[in-house]
Amino acid sequence: MQFVQNFPFMCILLTLICAVVTSVLKGRQARVLTMGLIAAVTAMTVAVLAYTLRTGESYVYMMGHFPAPWGNEIRIGVLEALMMTVFCFVMLFSFVGGLVPSIREIETTKYNIYCILADLIFLSLQALVYTNDLFTAYVFIEINTLAAAGLIMMRQKGRNLVAGVRYMIMNLVGSSLFLFGISMLYTITGHLLMVHIRESVAALAASGEYHVPLTVVVALVTVGLAVKCALYPFEKWMPGAYSNATPSVAAMLSSLVSKGYIFLLIKFYVRVIGFDVIRSLGVLDLLFIFGVLGMVMGSVHAVRARTTRMMIAYSSVAQIGYVFTALGLGSELGVVCALWHCAAHAATKSMLFVSCAEMDDACGGTHMRKDLRGAFYHSPLLALAFALGAINLTGIPLLSVFMTKVTLTQAAIGVGGRHMAIVLAAVAISTLLNAVYFLGTAVNLFVPTKPGDAVRPPTVRKNPFTAAALVGMIALNLAMGLFSQPFLTALADGLARFA
Amino acid sequence: MEYLLVNYEQTAAVILFCIGFSTMLLNKNLFKKIIGMDIMDAGIFLFLACQGYIEGRAAPIVVDGVQDVEAYINPIPAGLVLTGIVVSVSVSALMLALIVRLYYRYHTLNLDEMIALAGKEEV
Repeated sequence: MQFVQNFPFMCILLTLICAVVTSVLKGRQARVLTMGLIAAVTAMTVAVLAYTLRTGESYVYMMGHFPAPWGNEIRIGVLEALMMTVFCFVMLFSFVGGLVPSIREIETTKYNIYCILADLIFLSLQALVYTNDLFTAYVFIEINTLAAAGLIMMRQKGRNLVAGVRYMIMNLVGSSLFLFGISMLYTITGHLLMVHIRESVAALAASGEYHVPLTVVVALVTVGLAVKCALYPFEKWMPGAYSNATPSVAAMLSSLVSKGYIFLLIKFYVRVIGFDVIRSLGVLDLLFIFGVLGMVMGSVHAVRARTTRMMIAYSSVAQIGYVFTALGLGSELGVVCALWHCAAHAATKSMLFVSCAEMDDACGGTHMRKDLRGAFYHSPLLALAFALGAINLTGIPLLSVFMTKVTLTQAAIGVGGRHMAIVLAAVAISTLLNAVYFLGTAVNLFVPTKPGDAVRPPTVRKNPFTAAALVGMIALNLAMGLFSQPFLTALADGLARFA
Repeated sequence: MEYLLVNYEQTAAVILFCIGFSTMLLNKNLFKKIIGMDIMDAGIFLFLACQGYIEGRAAPIVVDGVQDVEAYINPIPAGLVLTGIVVSVSVSALMLALIVRLYYRYHTLNLDEMIALAGKEEV
């Protein structure tokens, strides 16, 4: 075994240790440690990605001295390493980009708790991506939920507390459905380890036994994780949680927490049950319908939103709809498209939340879309980052989300029939609505204010941390757009070896 | 119907889960939502626990030198239930603490009223 193969386990362990150590540190030390941790984990994940791309192989890492099923294990391949690398960069930029606003908005005595919760989000994300065991996944889903709710409530305002409670309630419903699903799966297969379950499910599917319980299991896990991802119509808790949280928390929640659940769902479909079996159960049609509805309804709500953050939050409903529509197509290209959009949306949405919050403050503490007029002339970097995110999500060529729409359309054409017609119509309507709210807001940033307009003074000073993070985010988004084809090829290769 | 009666433990577990699920989703009162969540979790734990139990066998603690696997029940579901209970207790404790905090702020336990009152506050 090469030393680099230990890195994923070391990253998980290091994050856990840092979360514990942070509890006895003060604000500044906690900040430095958390930033250092995220940077170190990012560097190690890049090394793991380079290793998996070079060898082209996946490996199973045994944790402790007992082999599974007595002990626990994680599995690392190109797909896991690639997705985790994007998530690590997004985590780093989100944390650094929202650093100064978080210092401003969170009580000094509670700052280390904020860092602990950020560490726990990061820990659970790594565990969800790498785990090879379903019950371990459940435990980290719950850790993720608790940490995310805590992060939403770090701003000690009434809106945040209510948003945190709503988040907890809906997410606990989702967790319970997931737990019930894996409990039923354990009773019909006798295993919790993904590889062993896959063998049992293949035997059951061949014999035709337990068809109904298997359908119920897949439905429970799918609905459970869909509720947690805020798939339409389960999205009511989401806009309040995203729009009231601090910028870094909103970026982490929208870009990383929901993507961890989606990756777990794809893992459940491909590695645990098998995509052929999933296709035969009919659950994907349900996902497809809700995904298409989400694509359109999320955009409709975003058009009607008055505040910029609410608009971005509702846009996430539409983007999650893209992911689930792609999954619902039931083809391999559809799954590749879903994975690609998870990465593309994570990189873009975090940039939008961080730039939008700073721009609101630079425009006199406003929250209204219309008040951002002329922001480019006093905050050029913030306006450029926001505009890049906005045109990216609209689907302009050479950027990452354009490739989502191209891949989704190709996948739908490959499936043909009603699916193709519905996807083409939904993509057209959604793109039109995206253009209305995103391009409308982005263009407004570059329109100079008139001499008679009341210009509010900025409520905060510009900070170098946000600027540095935004430069990194812009570079990440441009890189993903320009090198989308190699990325998609690597995703397709990783998916082929994922099963 | 016969299957439901033979597997009466699982039937009871599913009924409990449904009662908890509907209580959690349909009740406006936050305390009742937490009670619903605990009932729902209890349903899952009952479902898991009865999967591990095998009629006529003992707990997997080796006594009198009996090493035969046929003498014992399956201990894994019990382990899963214990883990699940730890998670459930943590979540309940956090939610209850949060509800107390919200009650001091809004003087109500009704979630809809809380949302309306919070909506009137400054962003």
